[in-house]
Amino acid sequence: MAAPAPILQMSGICKEFPGVKALTGVDFRLLPGEVHALMGENGAGKSTLIKVLTGVHEIDAGQITLGRTPVAFGSPLQAQQAGISTVYQEVNLCPNLSVAENVFIGREPRRLGRIRWKEMRHRAAGLLARLDIHLDVSAPLSSYSLAIQQMVAIARAVDISARVLILDEPTSSLDAGEVAQLFRVMRRLKDEGIAILFVSHFLDQVYEIADRMTVLRNGRLVGEYLTSELSQVELVGKMIGRELADLEELDDKPKELAEVERSRPFVEARGLGRPGSVEPFTLTIHEGEVVGLAGLLGSGRTEVARLLFGADHAATGELSVGGAPATLRTPRVAMTHGIAFCSENRRAEGLIPDLTVRENIVLALQATRGWSRPIPRRRQDELVARYIEALKISPANPEHLVKNLSGGNQQKVLLARWLILEPRLLILDEPTRGIDVGAKAEIQRLVASLADGGMAVLFISAELEEVLRLSHKVGVLRDRRLVAELPNDDDLTTGVLMETIASGGRA
Amino acid sequence: MSQDILVTGKPGKPGKPGKAAGGDFGRLGDRRKYIPVLATASLLVAMFTVGGIRYEGFASGQVVLNVFIDNAFLLVVAVGMTFVILTGGIDLSVGSVVALSTMISASLVTGQGWPPLLVIPLVLLIGAVLGFVMGCMIHYFEIQPFIVTLAGMFLARGLCYTIGTDSIPITDETYTALAQARIDLPGDMFVSPSVVIALAVVAVAAYVLHYTRLGRNVYATGGSEQSALLMGLPVARTKIAVYTVSGFCSALGGVLLSLYMLSGYGLHAVGMELDAIAAVVIGGTLLTGGSGYLLGTVLGVLVLGLIQTVISFEGTLSSWWTKIFIGLLLFVFILLQRLISARRT
Repeated sequence: MAAPAPILQMSGICKEFPGVKALTGVDFRLLPGEVHALMGENGAGKSTLIKVLTGVHEIDAGQITLGRTPVAFGSPLQAQQAGISTVYQEVNLCPNLSVAENVFIGREPRRLGRIRWKEMRHRAAGLLARLDIHLDVSAPLSSYSLAIQQMVAIARAVDISARVLILDEPTSSLDAGEVAQLFRVMRRLKDEGIAILFVSHFLDQVYEIADRMTVLRNGRLVGEYLTSELSQVELVGKMIGRELADLEELDDKPKELAEVERSRPFVEARGLGRPGSVEPFTLTIHEGEVVGLAGLLGSGRTEVARLLFGADHAATGELSVGGAPATLRTPRVAMTHGIAFCSENRRAEGLIPDLTVRENIVLALQATRGWSRPIPRRRQDELVARYIEALKISPANPEHLVKNLSGGNQQKVLLARWLILEPRLLILDEPTRGIDVGAKAEIQRLVASLADGGMAVLFISAELEEVLRLSHKVGVLRDRRLVAELPNDDDLTTGVLMETIASGGRA
Repeated sequence: MSQDILVTGKPGKPGKPGKAAGGDFGRLGDRRKYIPVLATASLLVAMFTVGGIRYEGFASGQVVLNVFIDNAFLLVVAVGMTFVILTGGIDLSVGSVVALSTMISASLVTGQGWPPLLVIPLVLLIGAVLGFVMGCMIHYFEIQPFIVTLAGMFLARGLCYTIGTDSIPITDETYTALAQARIDLPGDMFVSPSVVIALAVVAVAAYVLHYTRLGRNVYATGGSEQSALLMGLPVARTKIAVYTVSGFCSALGGVLLSLYMLSGYGLHAVGMELDAIAAVVIGGTLLTGGSGYLLGTVLGVLVLGLIQTVISFEGTLSSWWTKIFIGLLLFVFILLQRLISARRT
């Protein structure tokens, strides 16, 4: 197609937050009737770009042109009025109101101030039918699936202002069928000439729906490409960039399994299981051993960890810790046995954003001592300084609020909290998810050195390469069952792991 | 195009074009939302039936009308409370504002000899302004409604005693005439002008809630304040408006109470805020906001009133049994709401 004039043009966008340059001279353009994917790792500046575009943040430098007029939005509402609507991952509608009301609230058709319900329902049904969605618009929104709710949000956005539609991670909580529905709706809107900015972590989806993509890295523009002209491998290379080399520094394979197996077993689970959570499994973790857990999301990886930490109760089987039988009734009991658990939801379950780095780090240690025996401030400062240095937490200021740290550094703070307890078994659930490549490499290096020092580590990650790089042996989970336990020797590759996950260990 | 976009979690009776009885709330979209109101209605019918069987002279229209006459002021106050609770807030100041309104009315009419036609609008204005100020504090300073209206409750109650510590009787002719007036109905029945006023308030409030943007914004704010903000709805105006409405209704309730009692007193309406909240909750409105109907509130007030009637017909029971029954009912209705909202999710 002949390239029409861009509907939206952003040039030289700069945005700085205290201590962080979020965007540096980024250019971005959006053509009418295209789906344009914004790609980059976490922290690359995708969300910041969207936020400056929709008026959540102000830009420090640069220019935004919508149509032909330069614009600067002070709020998402202003952006919406100018024709830029955003639909976020979590649906921002009122679940207690009907579908029709959610589409029209604030803009209800009225006569003499009286809302005309019939017309409103009629128009809402028509609008949704245009997107090929047929449903009872008078039913409350909460009676429909998340996918439908999201499409209602899109219908509302499109009806208010139909020029630019931003979809920020719309697919992350949808299943495959729902994604297909969403894509059908997106194609339809695209055909109507609406420019769609699409953000997703799923490369396959991007390749399915997007015409063009813009890649960001570390707040800078890497380039704009046609999807058809850039292979997935090239794309990943551009997203990760030169820092790929960082990862290679780590020794490719950890120590021989035979060597660590000679040391004392720290945790032995025999037939440990819990109905509905994970089927009985047998797993031994030796001192100084890194055991990786691989498997798809929801395969029972986290559930294994929760059983070993006492967060869930085992219904069957027995557990021995440090050679003696143990019953872990609560996480507190597990902690007294020297087990630490770094949860995957660091925001929801781990860190307290409004406390400082120091306060977050000493939290678990303080908890083991009880509130009546506070840790002396001087001791706190010593400990915290030591771990800030060891983990290279940046900024290296113990009084910094945790919420102002990047994801990688937040993860390090959480790690420090558990390391300070000097655990004998450290359970790490997705410790590197959503953090940048540099921090990832540092955390991997740290895990390796902790194991060298004799700590047992249970390492859970969705990234098979990472599991392979660190683990002495790998447990593979599938459908809530531990299907295989593979020694990490030269024959074990990500391909073998994937096959095991797919076949359930029968191959 | 095909019908292949399937809707998961279909609501009850999809596709059946229900009668548009006046808004989406009138459709059969999701019947479960009517369960609390229906439960209250059945309870009311059951109480009336049992009372009619047990007591001579209970099953008459006038008994029902007397419940209205004796609770007109509570009904008006509960209407205001419904607005507040629908947004997810609470207003603890209503009882005190009622007392303050009776006190101001009595002192101006009896003490100063002002004409009621001047005093009543003034009292209503004072109530509305009090509500407006509390609404502003709640919204702009992001303070819990509980604590702001608790402060308002102490303030208004205290102000009563700066006017006078004793009961002030009202002897003004207009007042006594209004208080003693009867509006005759067919079948030898009658109501007081207060009942007419209260029902008018209910009708206007129901219209506002279901047919105006303000009303729908009340529901939206109660459903999800964050979403309402992001959808560009005037959340600030809505929240302040509901407390203003509640303040106005309290003042009007106070005027009706001063007609009923023919006096102003700082100890009038002690604990009425709790009666109003109880009526709203028994009427099926969720304390978390966003769900409920004004009709439910009317039924809730009637249930409370009928309990008192039953106990007075019983004769031997102490009036404290009223409280015990209200307490038990509240437990039952809160559990019912819990069950319904649990099944929804």
